[in-house]
Amino acid sequence: MIEQVAEPLRQSTFAKVVLEIDVNNHPGVMSHICNLFARRAFNMEGILCMPVSDGKRSRIWLLVYDDQRLEQMVRQLEKLNDVRAVRRHGAEHEVFERLEDFFH
Amino acid sequence: MKQMSGAELIVRLLERQGVRTIAGIPGGAILPLYDALSGSELIHHVLARHEQGAGFMAQGMARVSGVPQVCFASSGPGATNLVTAIADARLDSIPMVAITGQVPLSMIGTDAFQEVDIYGMTVPITKHNFLVRSAEELLEVIPAAFRIAMSGRPGPVLVDVPKDVQNQQVSFEDFPPPAAAEALPASDRAGIEEAARMINAAERPVLYLGGGVVHSGASAQAVALAEKAGLPTTMTLMALGTMPVDHPLSIGMLGMHAARYTNFVLEEADVLVCVGARFDDRAIGKAARFCPDARIVHIDIDRSELHKIKQAHVGIHGDVGQVLEALAPLVDANPRPSWLARVNELKAGHPVEWATQNDPRTHYGLVRTVAAALDDEAVIATDVGQHQMWVAQAYPFRRPRQWLTSGGLGTMGFGVPAAIGAALAEPQRTVVCFSGDGSLMMNIQEFATLAEEWLNVKIVLMNNNSLGLVYQQQNLFYGKRVFASRYRGAPDFARIAEGFGVPSVDLDSAPNPRGALTQALTTPGPCLIHVSIDREQFVYPMVPPGAANTEMIGG
Ligand SMILES: Cc1ncc(C[n+]2csc(CCOP(=O)(O)OP(=O)(O)O)c2C)c(N)n1
Repeated sequence: MIEQVAEPLRQSTFAKVVLEIDVNNHPGVMSHICNLFARRAFNMEGILCMPVSDGKRSRIWLLVYDDQRLEQMVRQLEKLNDVRAVRRHGAEHEVFERLEDFFH
Repeated sequence: MKQMSGAELIVRLLERQGVRTIAGIPGGAILPLYDALSGSELIHHVLARHEQGAGFMAQGMARVSGVPQVCFASSGPGATNLVTAIADARLDSIPMVAITGQVPLSMIGTDAFQEVDIYGMTVPITKHNFLVRSAEELLEVIPAAFRIAMSGRPGPVLVDVPKDVQNQQVSFEDFPPPAAAEALPASDRAGIEEAARMINAAERPVLYLGGGVVHSGASAQAVALAEKAGLPTTMTLMALGTMPVDHPLSIGMLGMHAARYTNFVLEEADVLVCVGARFDDRAIGKAARFCPDARIVHIDIDRSELHKIKQAHVGIHGDVGQVLEALAPLVDANPRPSWLARVNELKAGHPVEWATQNDPRTHYGLVRTVAAALDDEAVIATDVGQHQMWVAQAYPFRRPRQWLTSGGLGTMGFGVPAAIGAALAEPQRTVVCFSGDGSLMMNIQEFATLAEEWLNVKIVLMNNNSLGLVYQQQNLFYGKRVFASRYRGAPDFARIAEGFGVPSVDLDSAPNPRGALTQALTTPGPCLIHVSIDREQFVYPMVPPGAANTEMIGG
């Protein structure tokens, strides 16, 4: 009813993190994941998704900025029914670096 | 080998899951499912008058029973009408399975008649959702929907079923077993031991109970812990009833409309034990200033709640009932005479207004008189507004699941259909719905359903001819610029009720209002009880927006 009086969102740092997410492969998975980030205004810098093994699973790679909300985002991701595992890598992970060639 | 249509399979799976009542409204895209449902001898279908009503009826059934309940709607507008009830279930963690019809698979994405992407629309408001692409998938999806709705932190699940999938034939060996909740997470022994050390070392501990205690069925464990460790206990709006209000350790509801002393007790706490609550802004006020001196123990089945708003010193992921049971033997029995004396001193120093009012033609007096006429077996539902807060403050709740209110979403229109749902699930109880004239008109069409089912639901209408809570805000925080919160017309609610076939009583004109009220409450069947309430009565005390809980005004 009454307007919330909230603290302003704190700025993210510039350190990047790569999230590696194993998910069930079906048409709705991406929308579940993207929704989670979009609604919390948590910017995804990069996103990559490919099916793995027999096509029943996919692996999603996300490039995000490390921000104090990241831990909360990971916990929210882990709650999604189609998310099987979330692994965190530092910015040195080369999955997005190797893609750079396609963007120049 | 069994063979049947997708629609029939859904009905059989629902029957096997134990579903006995479904609220809904049919339409083109769900007609195969309704056709199959018409053959069910086990399931009673309740024809709502608006899909939002059907959604809240399912919620009412789920809130009193703790078991996932089902609503049906057709595609397009039927499905979008369910959205508010689904979002409400999500925010209050209510287990519900909504099944919607959808246009045939081949037409999805073509803007076909009554096509909406209800799957996409409900991604952010469901715990999980499904768009079923073959009848065979139903064998997995229907049990999964129930399992997800009831496991861990409960929530709503939507299953969207295209019409051709409902009509498709499917053969299978055997029915899948009915879904059961997933195993609870292993308890965090180290965390529990650390929590016990903190409680044992505390001088001014407070127990803070949330809706999770209701969902986990853990109120007995919570009361036992409080009694052993001498913990003054506060409850959120959602947890009212988990400790009886007249228990000597109860300090009532915390937050925006708490008794002053409750927020003052929390201010002095040195350890706060939060059980199945989520530090909602209505409960804690300005987060940085909530319990400034307290170290926090937070127990929750949902790991993402730990450290979300307040960094806990000990965060324990687990079922609150199991954790409390493991915690109790590790805490020292401690009567804490000096802390409890201090709590009582704060309580005596800040008496609450509602404790002494008895005139049934005043807001608090009405709530107290209704309570006096009923026992603890009654179920109390509300709509949203001032009346909701007055009931939360003044009604003596003594039992979990006695109290049904829209907490997280705060949805006007919740009350009547939720009360209908409660009465459908537990017809032996008296169900009272306190409503406001604004809220009542948001789902008043369900009076027709109520009359048809002839349920024991009493609607107590606290009529201030305004959107009272809005009127209050404008008076207090918008320079008394009252706008769009007072009604110019005044509908005759008694005649409206009677037009629907619901009897009514008007306490305004009753020579003996107390007697008339008691008689209305004790006569079986539905009734509208109308009472005019002074528009200038505000909900106090109140924490103004952005303030700390200790900076209350009024009351
Ligand atoms: C569906 C919906 N729309 C708007 C609101 C905002 N709102 C909160 S309380 C309120 C007024 C409620 O009026 P009424 O039901 O008459 O109760 P009262 O406050 O007068 O007791 C409004 C408009 C809401 N909570 N829900």
